[in-house]
Amino acid sequence: MKTENFDYKSIPGWGMDMDPENEPTYPMKNYTGDDHKRSEYEKSSQQPVDIEVLKSNERPTYSAVFGSSVPPSGLSGMIRRYAFKHSEDRYRHWIPLIIADRVNAVEGIFEDLKKGTIPNILAERGWKSELKYNPAGLAKKVFVGALVTSFVITYLARKKG
Amino acid sequence: MNYRGPFRVRAEQRPMPEILHPEDAIIRVTRTCICGSDLHLYHGMVPDTRVGSTFGHEFTGIVEEIGALVTNVKIGDQVLVPFNIACGKCNFCKQGLYGNCHESNSMATAVGAIFGYSHTAGGYNGGQAEYVRVPYANFGPTVIPADMDPDDAVLLTDVVPTGYQAAEMGGIKEGDTVVVFGAGPIGIMAARCAWFFGPSRVIIIDHLDYRLEFAKNYAKCEAYNFKSMPDPVLFLKKITDWYGADVCIDCVGCEAEGNALQTFTGKITLMQAGSATALQWAINSVKKGGIVSIVGVYGPPFNFVPIGNVLNKGITIRANQASVKRLLPRLIEHVQSGRLNPKGLITHRIPLEEVSDAYHIFSSKLDECIKTVLIPSTKH
Ligand SMILES: [Zn+2]
Ligand SMILES: [Zn+2]
Repeated sequence: MKTENFDYKSIPGWGMDMDPENEPTYPMKNYTGDDHKRSEYEKSSQQPVDIEVLKSNERPTYSAVFGSSVPPSGLSGMIRRYAFKHSEDRYRHWIPLIIADRVNAVEGIFEDLKKGTIPNILAERGWKSELKYNPAGLAKKVFVGALVTSFVITYLARKKG
Repeated sequence: MNYRGPFRVRAEQRPMPEILHPEDAIIRVTRTCICGSDLHLYHGMVPDTRVGSTFGHEFTGIVEEIGALVTNVKIGDQVLVPFNIACGKCNFCKQGLYGNCHESNSMATAVGAIFGYSHTAGGYNGGQAEYVRVPYANFGPTVIPADMDPDDAVLLTDVVPTGYQAAEMGGIKEGDTVVVFGAGPIGIMAARCAWFFGPSRVIIIDHLDYRLEFAKNYAKCEAYNFKSMPDPVLFLKKITDWYGADVCIDCVGCEAEGNALQTFTGKITLMQAGSATALQWAINSVKKGGIVSIVGVYGPPFNFVPIGNVLNKGITIRANQASVKRLLPRLIEHVQSGRLNPKGLITHRIPLEEVSDAYHIFSSKLDECIKTVLIPSTKH
């Protein structure tokens, strides 16, 4: 795998961006002199806050523009609201959010059922492509799954008996 | 595209996005990619990734509708859209730190806003859709030069600038030895762009032979599989005269393989925000006084990083999300002159409707996948 004899300088673009007079490495800070003026800049108009937006408590105002893709809802929403009471420095901000995501995945299944659709979880996980490109791996997974299931059933049956 | 929970996404009809701010534009997507960092979302590793979100931060499209204050693009323009949402006016944007804009993400201060990248990154829907809302349309969307291949253009939204900035932040000088961790699309691009700064060696490390083979051909670098070596850090020391690399670049992020303790604490039990193996190796295999450049995505909360070695070795760490807009003029020039061939990374073109399979193929590294472009059918 050694390529040590390769003439690197023959690579198109070698040294292209190396001009020391034009050192592109960051920080080549674009010093504006405005560093301590902090919030004194021309801000775009505020996007109306007409949905529930959980704002970081490390900033006093909403950003001029924000995303509104999925407002908090249900139990996961309650957990998220709790998380946002704490700063981004705290575990009690991030860990509840991760938990809320797990709860949210379950809520998603109920939401689908409520709409009358049974989520095709295998299709969502892309098992069609698994079958196409990794049939041996898929067979192994199914086999192991069946084995585990049969063990569990045997174990439960024995426990009952 | 609709996220339903870890490892579950599907294509379905969603409501049409609307203009919510006078500087918004609605863009009809022509091409959109799946990024390695989307896999962190797909695997449920990024906090506040809500069910019902649409991912996708790499896309090109046609301007379909504009808000009252949009003057920089007009309806019908073919544009590429940088993955970071930036206002262009706040004090961070004024410094060129477009990945750190203060006026686009209400949900967190430590992370800038990114299309389709959880509520931690602003709660925006992404471009793996037929239509997408693009805020700050006077700043971000950039008209694609007429002579540019659309496949090259879509990779200028993230892969090329991120790979380039990774190399740039390494402060590479003539004759340097550069080690890139991770032979995904960003790692391969970082290795390719590293040559622009005149190093004498570029080495790439990964655990999949097909990716290493691809990297070796595309980036003309040395490629090694760390699965075939007992100790990657020791190996890197040995091949750099027991000195260490001048520059180490982490293009892996929080789902690294290769270290049992990091995997257990980071990926299985989530005791830290993902496994930091690549970063640990980068810090431990760079020379004293060297530079470690990080573009791999790590979660915001906490990671086990050998910070003592950073101090004792006098390492400089540079890290950021790429400031795409700052780099675009230089990179467009590199593409137009033929020095860079971004579309060479694309191995898969999949209709947007097959998004579930597209994610699975990329996530499970099936069919020798390097980079996938999703194409919406947009019959309307
Ligand atoms: Zn990306
Ligand atoms: Zn800004």
